[in-house]
Amino acid sequence: MNRIVFWLLATVAVVVLLFGYHTSTSGPEASATPPAVISAPKSAGATSTPSQQASQQPSDQPSDQPTQGATSAPNATTGGEAATSTVIGAVAETQWGPVQVELSIAGGKISDVEVVQYPHGNGRDMQINTYALPQLIQETLAAQSAQIDMVSGATITSDGYLRSLQSALDKAGL
Amino acid sequence: MKRYVEHVMGMPISLALRGRHEDDPAGRDAWAEALAALHDVDRVFSTYRPDSFVSRLGRGEVALADCPAEVAEVLALGERWREESGGAFDVRRNGVLDPSGVVKGWAVERAAGPLRALEETDVALSAGGDMVCLARAESEPWRVGVEDPAAPDRILAVVPVRRGAVATSGLARRGGHITDARTGTVPAAVASVTVVADDLTRADLDATAAFALDGEAATWLAGRGATAVVVWRDGRREVVG
Repeated sequence: MNRIVFWLLATVAVVVLLFGYHTSTSGPEASATPPAVISAPKSAGATSTPSQQASQQPSDQPSDQPTQGATSAPNATTGGEAATSTVIGAVAETQWGPVQVELSIAGGKISDVEVVQYPHGNGRDMQINTYALPQLIQETLAAQSAQIDMVSGATITSDGYLRSLQSALDKAGL
Repeated sequence: MKRYVEHVMGMPISLALRGRHEDDPAGRDAWAEALAALHDVDRVFSTYRPDSFVSRLGRGEVALADCPAEVAEVLALGERWREESGGAFDVRRNGVLDPSGVVKGWAVERAAGPLRALEETDVALSAGGDMVCLARAESEPWRVGVEDPAAPDRILAVVPVRRGAVATSGLARRGGHITDARTGTVPAAVASVTVVADDLTRADLDATAAFALDGEAATWLAGRGATAVVVWRDGRREVVG
């Protein structure tokens, strides 16, 4: 069996850092919902709720994974504009997971709408079934270890191909 | 999963198929169609073939109106990214017309059409490291590894892609073929830029333009809402998105 082993991230205890949780849980009411933190690589694009998602993670995953989302500061009224206030809506359950919206109100009008909680706490997941944010690997890995299907790199010419990772992958799949 | 490899336009074209048509006549026909489409593009756009429309257009021997409509389409894309990159990306340098920076992603995006039409089949089609991916809802997403420009046999990031494209620009393989069109400078601060987008035309153009912008690469990508990994010469890695 030449296919690359699936749960390698767990077995070599490599911490996969997910970035981009700019829109993750913030605001006082967000704590009512379990913060969706790290999605296991396998669950990208899945429609599970945060709690189900957590149970899908490999059991021997390092416990010191960063819990982004829990660290963001309370979303108090920003800036010095006295007339601006923010209202955070209740968490709405959708087929993709919980969604929560925050309104900024200035001078009696809505000046901004921000989604403070997307399904899985990741705005990228709004694009269900498309792609996720790139997940940095803390230390670079050999391709086999990283469990990948294809390689993206600076233009590979036919000359360089035989030395390239993609050729190794192609070979492994044949 | 079944993999296929052919060489077109001096690049390895790698295909991975999963599912019903991964290894049957329909799958192989779609692969042949995709390759034929790439060969067609090469005949029209190659700057290495003196008889291509683009080469003749560049020498002023034919007018744009005499060329296939795709030439105007590609040049329009080049013009759009020239404007959006503030001139760092340009298909014309020192009077020489070279739309290669547009053609690759655009051509692969089009060539993937027959493969995408395969029912119950996942497709990943890569041209020299730039690829389009399609995986069904019930399949695992394709896992695309981003090469480490400092050690091209290693991977520094992984992107799960269900439907989208991944393109990387950098100097790892070919020397300084990307420069800032305004100054002719080879980027010094950035080592590689990988962009994930809905389609490969955009991913490839954004990656190339951001790379040409050098130190501004990540800021520029963030400003246009792109999803990307920027790797700097000093080893720092930055996720945009």
